[in-house]
Amino acid sequence: MTRLRGAGPIAFFAVLASLPSFNLAHWTINLLIFTLMFAVMSSAWNLVGGFAGYPSLGHAAFFGIGAYAEALWFSHHPVSSGYEPFLLLPAIGLLAVVIGLPVGAVAMRTRTDVFAIVTITLLFVVQGLAFNLHGITGGSQGLAIPPAPFPAATYDRPFYYVLVGLLALAMAVTFAAMRSKVGLSLAALRGDEDKARGIGIRVTGVKLLAFAVSVGLTAMVGAVWAYYEGFIYPQFAVDPLITIAMVLMTFLGGRATLWGPVLGAFILESAQQYLAYQLGGSQVYLIAYALVFLLIMLLLPRGILPTVQDQIRRRRRRQALDSGSPTLTQPANAAATAGGGQA
Amino acid sequence: MHALIQGVILGVLTAGVFALMASGQTLIFGIMKVVNLAQGAMVILGAYLSYQLFTSFGLDPFLAIPVTTVIMFALGVAVQWLFLRPLKKDDRSELSLLITFAVALLIEGVMSITWHTTYRSINTGYANSSWSLFGYQITLVRLWAFLLSLAALGLLYLLLNHTRFGRAVRATVQNPESAKLLGIEADRVSALGFGLGAATAAAAGSVYGLLYPFNSGSHYDLISKLLSIVILGGLGSVGGAVLGAVIVSTSSAVVAATISPAWSEMTFFVILIAILLVRPQGIFGTTVRGAL
Repeated sequence: MTRLRGAGPIAFFAVLASLPSFNLAHWTINLLIFTLMFAVMSSAWNLVGGFAGYPSLGHAAFFGIGAYAEALWFSHHPVSSGYEPFLLLPAIGLLAVVIGLPVGAVAMRTRTDVFAIVTITLLFVVQGLAFNLHGITGGSQGLAIPPAPFPAATYDRPFYYVLVGLLALAMAVTFAAMRSKVGLSLAALRGDEDKARGIGIRVTGVKLLAFAVSVGLTAMVGAVWAYYEGFIYPQFAVDPLITIAMVLMTFLGGRATLWGPVLGAFILESAQQYLAYQLGGSQVYLIAYALVFLLIMLLLPRGILPTVQDQIRRRRRRQALDSGSPTLTQPANAAATAGGGQA
Repeated sequence: MHALIQGVILGVLTAGVFALMASGQTLIFGIMKVVNLAQGAMVILGAYLSYQLFTSFGLDPFLAIPVTTVIMFALGVAVQWLFLRPLKKDDRSELSLLITFAVALLIEGVMSITWHTTYRSINTGYANSSWSLFGYQITLVRLWAFLLSLAALGLLYLLLNHTRFGRAVRATVQNPESAKLLGIEADRVSALGFGLGAATAAAAGSVYGLLYPFNSGSHYDLISKLLSIVILGGLGSVGGAVLGAVIVSTSSAVVAATISPAWSEMTFFVILIAILLVRPQGIFGTTVRGAL
């Protein structure tokens, strides 16, 4: 098992990277771009909502901050090669970190429910600011970004590859967190923050770190989205449904797992686009979406990956018992593979 | 100065309806440790119901309240029974946030199909009449809304403090385990409590529909304001919700009157941050139980 540990991610990213060369239809690559956006954002949300156990409902605020930062910069600076907006991404991530740290420091004084409430309030305030600061954001008129001078046939590709890169970054960060002391500290504070503090874990530092990285990644996706769309409006740039999508995808795939949010994004984004396409009008679509949402929460409250892993573990244990082998090696083996399956 | 006092008057009168909405919200949290993100949507649904009763049957929104509260009570009980009861205890607080949000989306979807997304308002004959008192305007509708909200809050107080059901609710809020040991059926109290929260939303909705134009998306504006109010007062405290409503709505009315209406919606967030810095558990909140 251990030999193959790296094969999964490598194969996954190899497939992702080669997809555009199959000359996919425009709608397919468009769907993939949105799926990747949500895969990155769900992975980012997972750092705070999954690993640290702080269910933020305000991440869309940082998505909007990233979008507006990108749009504002390029309403004053020209786009010549088309790649400048991507080069700005690290700066936008950093900006979100700088804004996110004090916000997180205040919001994370509260826990679970109240934290969720404070962050959702933040979201509506940022949306209100986007509407009200006419001088800067253009209010409800929105802002435009000059279109990229990419050839029409391969217009989507640069966006696609940048998002694949961001997904690799988000997953690498997650993997690093899981494998390091930070991940252990996050797990401890998720379990019981006061006890974690009691045994000397730097609770505040660790959770702020997770929050800052998370909102930084989210803002970068927001910036790519703004550039891709070309026009941004307050109600779409700072949209509660974006937050909810991140949360839902993470919950569907499995919180605090590496692949859960990605899996959730691939399933839900396709389902969502399908529903939107089939049901057309946004109202019926909203109802269908809410029903899917309720079903997931009620039937799979722990998410797909943890549930499946549990099943596999249980079956292995049962097989080990059924085989009736008196030697101790077999159950030990089963336990080892089961433990390996968790990562 | 005149604008300031006019703002205070308006704020206090408006506080009544928000106190009513928030008391339902905080009650639901107190009983079940569930933050009901659908409270705003339920208020708007209440407003639509009384709009429908008014346009179809000419029933005055104030008189429609007994009808809408009964309907919404049943809806609240159903939501709790179908969606919240099956949740396991350990992840109830996190999952319930998402579930109630989904319920809000569901209600929003149903409302926008039934009544479309154009703004509606309930135009009664007395909608625009007002009194002038020492040079200050007092709109009749707002005064009635205020008095009605006070009456509803009074009823809620009587229900909680002078009935068997109220005693069971308060016991569950204070200590669910002991309450169970004493033979209180937690599921039944939760269902009735959620119904009661929805009923207050319905009452508040009828009043809200008289005061403001609304559409199916209006619940987004309400929910952040409501949540700020309940956190400000301390989650689970009905008295705190009333005080929080007065603070939030007075300050935003004053900002609207003296600076600009566009910024009044931001006021509550500034207050919320200030309170969280000093007292994260809210004014009347305790650190002993619950998520805080």
